[in-house]
Amino acid sequence: MKSYDIVIIGGGPAGLAAAVSAKESGIDSILILERDKELGGILNQCIHNGFGLHTFKEELTGPEYAQRFITQVEDLKIEYCLHTMVMDISPQKVVTAMNREEGMFEIQAKAVILAMGCRERSRGALNIPGYRPAGIYSAGTAQRLVNMEGLMPGREVVILGSGDIGLIMARRMTFEGAKVKVVAELMPYSGGLKRNIVQCLDDYGIPLKLSHTVVDIKGKKRVEGVTLAEVDEKGRPIPGTEEFYSCDTLLLSVGLIPENELSGDMGVEMSPVTSGPVVNESLETNIEGVFACGNVLHVHDLVDFVSEEAAAAGKNAAAYVKGTRTEEGGREITLDPTDGVRYTVPATVNTARMDDILTVRFRVGGVYKNCYVSAYFDDERVIHKKRQIVAPGEMEEIRLTKEQLAEYPDLKTITVKIEEA
Amino acid sequence: MYDVIIIGAGVAGSASARELSRYKVNACVLEKEEDVCCGTSKANSAIVHAGYDAANGSLMAKLNVRGNEMMEQLSKDLDFPFKRIGSLVVCLNEEDMPGLQALYDRGVANGVKELQILNREQILEMEPNISDNVYAALYAPTAGIVCPFGLNIAMAENACENGVEFRFNTEVQNIRKIDGGWALDTNNGVYETKYVVNAAGVYADKFHNMVSEKKIHITPRRGDYCLLDKKTGKHVSRTIFALPTKFGKGVLVTPTIHGNLLVGPTAIDVDDKEGTNTTRDGLGQVISKAGLTVKNLPMRQVITSFAGLRAHEDGHEFLIGELEDAKGFVDCAGIESPGLTSCPAIGEMVADILAEKMNLEKKDDFISTRKGILDPNTLSKEERAELIKKNPAYGNIICRCEMITEGEIIDAIRRPLGARSLDGVKRRTRAGMGRCQAGFCSPRTMEILARECGVSMSDITKSGGDSRLVVGTNKDTL
Repeated sequence: MKSYDIVIIGGGPAGLAAAVSAKESGIDSILILERDKELGGILNQCIHNGFGLHTFKEELTGPEYAQRFITQVEDLKIEYCLHTMVMDISPQKVVTAMNREEGMFEIQAKAVILAMGCRERSRGALNIPGYRPAGIYSAGTAQRLVNMEGLMPGREVVILGSGDIGLIMARRMTFEGAKVKVVAELMPYSGGLKRNIVQCLDDYGIPLKLSHTVVDIKGKKRVEGVTLAEVDEKGRPIPGTEEFYSCDTLLLSVGLIPENELSGDMGVEMSPVTSGPVVNESLETNIEGVFACGNVLHVHDLVDFVSEEAAAAGKNAAAYVKGTRTEEGGREITLDPTDGVRYTVPATVNTARMDDILTVRFRVGGVYKNCYVSAYFDDERVIHKKRQIVAPGEMEEIRLTKEQLAEYPDLKTITVKIEEA
Repeated sequence: MYDVIIIGAGVAGSASARELSRYKVNACVLEKEEDVCCGTSKANSAIVHAGYDAANGSLMAKLNVRGNEMMEQLSKDLDFPFKRIGSLVVCLNEEDMPGLQALYDRGVANGVKELQILNREQILEMEPNISDNVYAALYAPTAGIVCPFGLNIAMAENACENGVEFRFNTEVQNIRKIDGGWALDTNNGVYETKYVVNAAGVYADKFHNMVSEKKIHITPRRGDYCLLDKKTGKHVSRTIFALPTKFGKGVLVTPTIHGNLLVGPTAIDVDDKEGTNTTRDGLGQVISKAGLTVKNLPMRQVITSFAGLRAHEDGHEFLIGELEDAKGFVDCAGIESPGLTSCPAIGEMVADILAEKMNLEKKDDFISTRKGILDPNTLSKEERAELIKKNPAYGNIICRCEMITEGEIIDAIRRPLGARSLDGVKRRTRAGMGRCQAGFCSPRTMEILARECGVSMSDITKSGGDSRLVVGTNKDTL
């Protein structure tokens, strides 16, 4: 059996950044396993710009952003396998994978970094009634067809869901000659970035109908139209508000789900809120030496944050392998998300193992205007950050410092919440 | 002129074709869709019923019990998935006991073996997730689950291998009596035959009524279903039915042969013989009724919903046999539940009728077995490694949810009556049937189909006809 210090599952933005960081932290024996024909993951089909503003201080396309990391991986001579599907990871970190050349093979890893990304929610998950004709695509599948194959999935398009991929695809389909008639969103607010609503819908006169959903799909062989209806505060369609849109295509951008089949099977504890692993300050799961980063951990809004998080995972995995982690003297502090904060990554902090500055990321459950992001150290409010607006579509963060936590030797719980002004 | 033309390549037509192919006969199946298993046969509960439902003495009862008995050997001969998991018909109140007892008695009269009435404690031991309201149940160990696509495709492939022709995209539009037989006008020309087998599912009344004065009437009775993620497949281990009461018929909850959980169906009469659209109301009924018999159903784990149409004849009985007033025209009509269970016996009966009428002679070289598409998951690691070495396509995963390889997809396309569409590949291999519902594998499967069939991506359809998946290239209209 081959063995590596660190095996990274997935060669998308998270896996690449984790690999580079682990290598730079002094680990030479690293293997990236990627199921697709090239490194870069979903960025390869994201040919629009807007990536890298935080990381590189310039606007790159998805493939350009990926290439920056691929070049580093190549320069650092980090090993990777393409066309390789990981079938199983045992709790003892034996990775079983398969490809055309080597067949099924096993690799013993000292540490594993989970970086499998996420998948799109399907129509089925929403139980949208109607026929099941051709012409219903998840936005990402349509994006692949258009951006990588040059193929048009349809001419007249209705989009359900205002997630970022749906918004981006509204603009792309328009560029390529399709008519995007409307974007419907079940919630009273968009699930995407504000800048995408402006740049992808408003600029092209595409209407966004909030609190609307698809209640019927017409067409036996190919989509002929969809019926939208307004929904009440519980998401139930309001009778009498139905409106028929003729179209040949329905794109769905109704959420992303971290792809954790492998993690679940190996016994990694999962969060029901994020559908990703529960991790500590080192982005380490309940299985020692198994780390997670990127969209497999929680769905991110910007790839820049994925890269940052993945670099931390790579560095922490390297420290684990080298045995240089601080093993003593730490206290365990629990992070408790409440009052509008849906979750935090990480979920716990070990005061000895944490970096000098630890970024805690989270998402909120609704739109809050003129509010505060607050953190209570047990009962004392320590962080109180004014925010003009926070929304579910954008990730939020607070930063904890080692120095600060040292001042609270008896601290058990940090409560993170939204406080309205 | 053919000896026999069978209209319809669903389970009834394919079973008839397969049984008929034991004889020296020149037979052909005409199917209006692009593949076998496109109508009622593809969207149903996938249950092999024990046989206590149908009225004693009915053809339904007889063929149900016979079909159930035949299914196991057939699944071995033709290599499709089938498992005898047993079923429970549960009732919620003591006052429903006479109803349960009546079902038991009918089952015994129909010849169903091993039936048992269980009390609540006995049920709980078998099914811990049974609803707190369940009082008693009729247990039928002989009931089972089957892959309806696998069954249908296997019978058709075997028939094809034994010389039966299949014509797809061929819709019978009119049937005329001619000298010595029948002429069938189709969109692909005229087919002449001595005998016609009318296995047209929800359309069987249309063809029957073209040739007979004794009219029949089939109502498409829609059933909506929800299919749940494989994570939930062990929620129950047997098929759980609700005993029909004055408050109506419940829905069933069952594991599927591939490890999902299936909940449904509704029973909604519709006018449209192609009306397989689910409705908000129908799906709502499924969700609200499912909890009556099984508790804590994880309905948030639904991965898809679908609807199928039962071919409900007014008399609720299988109509199988040569028509009195139209000699040479053999009905195989009114095939609704337990039609899937009964199909092996239906095929046998149809073939017997034809063999007798035509004095058919058995073939010496009938091929009774067929090998299905190899599922690499059934191999040991060593065997799998060997397979990939011989054919690297088996090392290339295309559908990540169901872990289906390129090798399996190529096999599905290249074998007799091979897949020509995304749905055809899906029914044969399960690629696209998993939790992401083909989001990931669609473009990849389309590529393989295009390559194997020597056509372009824009010729690939979801389910034949006008169901093209892409309509052109970028900017081609600008």
